[in-house]
Amino acid sequence: MGAVHSSVRLFARQWLRPGAIAAVQGLALALLCLTTNVALFALSVVSLALIPVFGIGFALFPVVTALVRLCLGAQRRLARWGGIPMATPYRPKPADAQIGTWRRFRWVVADPATWRDFAWLVPGAITGAACLLAFVLPAYGLEGVLLVPLVLYLTIDWYGYGVFWPMDNIVEAWASVPQGWFFLIGGLAVAPWLVWLHLRFAGFFLTPTRAQELALRVRQLTVTRADTVDTQAAELRRIERDLHDGAQARLVALRMSIGLAGKLMADDPAAARRLLAEAQEASGQALVELRDLVRGIYPPVLAERGLGGAVEALALAVPLPVTVDVELPGSPPAAVESAAYFAVAEALANVTKHSGAARAWIRMAHRDGRLVMAVGDDGRGGARPDAGTGLAGVRRRLAAFDGTMSVTSPPGGPTVVTMELPCELSSPRISPSSGTG
Amino acid sequence: MRVVIAEDLALLRDGLTRILDAFGFQVVEAVADGPSVLPALTRHRPDVAVVDVRLPPTFTDEGLQAALQARTRLPGLPILVLSQHVEQLYARELLSDRAGGVGYLLKDRVSNVDQFVDAVRRVAAGGMVMDPDVVSQLLARNTGGQRLAELTAREREVLGLMAEGRSNAAIAGRLFVTEKAVSKHINNIFSKLGMPPSDDDNRRVLAVLAYLNG
Repeated sequence: MGAVHSSVRLFARQWLRPGAIAAVQGLALALLCLTTNVALFALSVVSLALIPVFGIGFALFPVVTALVRLCLGAQRRLARWGGIPMATPYRPKPADAQIGTWRRFRWVVADPATWRDFAWLVPGAITGAACLLAFVLPAYGLEGVLLVPLVLYLTIDWYGYGVFWPMDNIVEAWASVPQGWFFLIGGLAVAPWLVWLHLRFAGFFLTPTRAQELALRVRQLTVTRADTVDTQAAELRRIERDLHDGAQARLVALRMSIGLAGKLMADDPAAARRLLAEAQEASGQALVELRDLVRGIYPPVLAERGLGGAVEALALAVPLPVTVDVELPGSPPAAVESAAYFAVAEALANVTKHSGAARAWIRMAHRDGRLVMAVGDDGRGGARPDAGTGLAGVRRRLAAFDGTMSVTSPPGGPTVVTMELPCELSSPRISPSSGTG
Repeated sequence: MRVVIAEDLALLRDGLTRILDAFGFQVVEAVADGPSVLPALTRHRPDVAVVDVRLPPTFTDEGLQAALQARTRLPGLPILVLSQHVEQLYARELLSDRAGGVGYLLKDRVSNVDQFVDAVRRVAAGGMVMDPDVVSQLLARNTGGQRLAELTAREREVLGLMAEGRSNAAIAGRLFVTEKAVSKHINNIFSKLGMPPSDDDNRRVLAVLAYLNG
């Protein structure tokens, strides 16, 4: 009994669910491809044909292309739903490329992705139509299984199903049940493959080519590199200013006080003592400033304890209870470690500043070559990464390492900031004292 | 009183030795790296050790690790830990065995020689010395606490000084009040925090720190 039960469950999980999902996907793809692809193809051809006619197509073609990109964007999203991710291959729009301008036309025409989109429209309509089978087959099977042919045969006396068309007697009407099962199960089994084939085929046209991928990557690297260089320069500038106006100025004053005290030592010991006391005070201030500065550059606890310990220390310094859960079998490269630390620190600072939360949590783990960090709270939510500069800065800094940040923060909370950084872990740091202990 | 010093910067190591010598301590050994800390402590069993958190060869927290290890091996060995920065995380670890004879100070505090020597003596006597920075961080972090909010400003001041490890007499001197007034404040603090009162300075400080550390 139990064995039957579990095999039924296995059947449901392995066949029924993916089959049913693929059937729905097939229907959606078929409708989308059949309706839009054909219409878009017609529009594209007409607009291209109208280029010699007073240059109408010259303005019209970019508009049609925008429409094509919109619709194919939907198909790409559907593909992602089907488990085949498709990146967007288009070149970025130049700043002053208004509709109707030569620049706009040139941008559209010069982009090979435009022509690959165009090439996809007709084949896409055909294989899209084939995807209809993914839906129609199981649906037809369901009709037979649910005895619809039998009922119709008995009521209107003329109906056909499967191989019996029309049905001549009650036996043939009953035969719709096994046939229905055959169509249903066969359909559900075939549906995922149909959808997969279509999406794979679509991939030839709709995903970026190797060259386009590289171009996209270069563009992204250019942006993040510029950001990184800017941030670095600004950081150095800030450190320079802090040192110049802070510790350095205090040391100058310190030297003056000590020098003066040395001169006064013989004649006015009381004044000399006062100056020395001042000097001591100033040196203490300088130390405090230097300590803060060092913390901002590379927190000592990060150097001493690694990322896990540093984040733990961070959580202790926050005026609300923070649960820390770190699962790192090794340590990331120093640069990544530092970026991760400051990202978590910023997210945590946001929690204390804006969320009004009573408690928060930090989770950190390394999965599939990525350092995954999440900072959550039970506050009022409504955090917007694009509104404040804090989280936007985190996103920029993580981008330098190909890292990402996402925020979920519905009004009323809870807020969760998830950050990912691709990196390898080096072997666990060996504590010098644990080896000999 | 016999002292072992662990500090890698020669300038500071000599300075510490000179200060402690001048105040009648006997520096039996001054080591400069992490691996030699534990052997030195077990060999000399000093009355107190002064240890820097960050030491060679790795320049991580080797000094602190050695101090923690020494205290598991020689329970109650008085250790004063010095650092360029203070972390609540480290304070918590040092206090975790609740044995007393522990100090944790910023290196800056050495410049106030009298206070520093006093701190070394208190640690050697089994007392507790926490850097004011650690204490203020602890107090700031616990402002949300219901019970802590019930304390008056003066009581919070007394609590802070108490957590730094100061005696009733020292607190009275600092706040320009009588010792009797201080012990009254302390009784109020303990009843408001819901902790059993205690006359033992050390247990008292531990209780407060345990409370603040949550």
